[in-house]
Amino acid sequence: MADTGVVTVYGNGAIYETTAKKSPFSVKVGLAQMLRGGVIMDVVNAEQARVAEEAGACAVMALERVPADIRAQGGVARMTDPQLIKEIKQAVTIPVMAKARIGHFVEAQILEAIGVDYVDESEVLTVADEDNHINKHNFRVPFVCGCRNLGEALRRIREGAAMIRTKGEAGTGNVVEAVRHVRSVMGDIRVLRNMDDDEVFTFAKKISAPYDLVMQTKQLGRLPVVQFAAGGVATPADAALMMQLGCDGVFVGSGVFKSGDPARRARAIVQAVTHYSDPDMLAEVSCGLGEAMVGINLNDDKVERYANRSE
Amino acid sequence: MAVVGVLALQGSFNEHIAVLRRLGVKGVEIKKPEQLDNVASLIIPGGESTTMAKLAQYHNLFPALREFVKMGKPVWGTCAGLIFLANKATGQKIGGQELIGGLDCTVHRNFFGSQIQSFETELSVPELASKEGGPETFRGVFIRAPAILEVGPEVQVLADYTVPTNKVLDSNSAVEMREEKNWSEEKVIVAVRQGNLLATAFHPELTADSRWHSYFLKMASNVLEEASSSIVAVGGVDLSLNKQPKNDLPIFQ
Repeated sequence: MADTGVVTVYGNGAIYETTAKKSPFSVKVGLAQMLRGGVIMDVVNAEQARVAEEAGACAVMALERVPADIRAQGGVARMTDPQLIKEIKQAVTIPVMAKARIGHFVEAQILEAIGVDYVDESEVLTVADEDNHINKHNFRVPFVCGCRNLGEALRRIREGAAMIRTKGEAGTGNVVEAVRHVRSVMGDIRVLRNMDDDEVFTFAKKISAPYDLVMQTKQLGRLPVVQFAAGGVATPADAALMMQLGCDGVFVGSGVFKSGDPARRARAIVQAVTHYSDPDMLAEVSCGLGEAMVGINLNDDKVERYANRSE
Repeated sequence: MAVVGVLALQGSFNEHIAVLRRLGVKGVEIKKPEQLDNVASLIIPGGESTTMAKLAQYHNLFPALREFVKMGKPVWGTCAGLIFLANKATGQKIGGQELIGGLDCTVHRNFFGSQIQSFETELSVPELASKEGGPETFRGVFIRAPAILEVGPEVQVLADYTVPTNKVLDSNSAVEMREEKNWSEEKVIVAVRQGNLLATAFHPELTADSRWHSYFLKMASNVLEEASSSIVAVGGVDLSLNKQPKNDLPIFQ
């Protein structure tokens, strides 16, 4: 990865040691690779984190409010209290992720300082910088970022994201947007694969993505980093759908702890991701899970689209 | 029997299968106990060992895996797989996790700390280099990696790593290391072999260097002498290692 070429120093040398201590991009991507075939769950306290770990989640996302509550309560959503993240880190042995606002690089510095394993620069929180994302090359901690299409994914990777999740629509329990975004990314990659090399320049311009990453995607036949699905996954079937569409794993936000029986549902979703192509197994794990979270119908224009908060 | 099973519950199983494919060997995903009957050797990939243990428990894989190890069939664990194979693991989650066992050693889970402490280093691998040729070092990718603190007499150490003194380690791991007699305090073991069990704390599946994979395949073919001719690609593995990809990226399929 050509990340050595991009070194921007914020705040007059505030992060001066970047080159000396920088983790290679392969190590950042490596952790994401270890999460493949797994489920990452949103949790708001240590007990929930333990439930997620016991169910077999491969990582937890430490939050103050799950997206469904952010939607319901409104207001500005910010980085989680570091104290809470520390408590969650102590409670579990699996990796702990946390969200920073888009463009808020100081929140990311704080998260790096307390030793989270992955930072999610997330559109679910209120945007801090409407024009710029965080320059993620400046950090040793790896980042995951959201995308709605291939161009957006590759722009985030160029900024230093070591993992991509399709955005979907967080906190809705409605998988329609997640499907739309995964289909868009996968469809664009399929188009790209069959494209003549001469046409890639114009294609890169059209999707506003760096040419080298577009070409690399064409050669690999997939995104050059691990790709998870997020935003609206509420049932084991939803999770398996994302896997069958070609994702490497699934984020489940409000879907687990806003349901009737979180422990059981969490375990079922984990099993569904492992056995995503085995309908018999999916049927077995989908039985008797209790109430799913209440979904939001996305035909209503009044529902705010978090996915549109960043480009 | 040119197929190798790869435990495909979670983690980097695709990467292992991709390396095997490059060596001309077919890797098959193992998700259920009965699938183990069809393979003569097994790779347990990297991933979250807690998650993998949970999934193995849900599907009652542990008895079958223990049986597999007991029968002396070749098994290779990387990272989480190493934890699975160890007789004893420390630093586990509350309530512990089930292990397969068989490898006479003590493993400290997540020895090096959180992701920020993950690193890459050139490891000295004399045994591997003498068997497989190529450079004396191997690019070891350590991701929230475990380390082996203690090994039994039958275990052959294939590689160790000197922990830089400035590396932040959690306090209890330092205490445990002091109890160790045979090694200086800052040295930990990161690759071992005991009979037909191979274990590495790092991730050869994330690099372009496939020597560990061909080393393991040779172990597997030695076990099945009668079938050794069927693993054709192994003997003829091309070690022109200069075919490194241009970029640092992991090899996806």
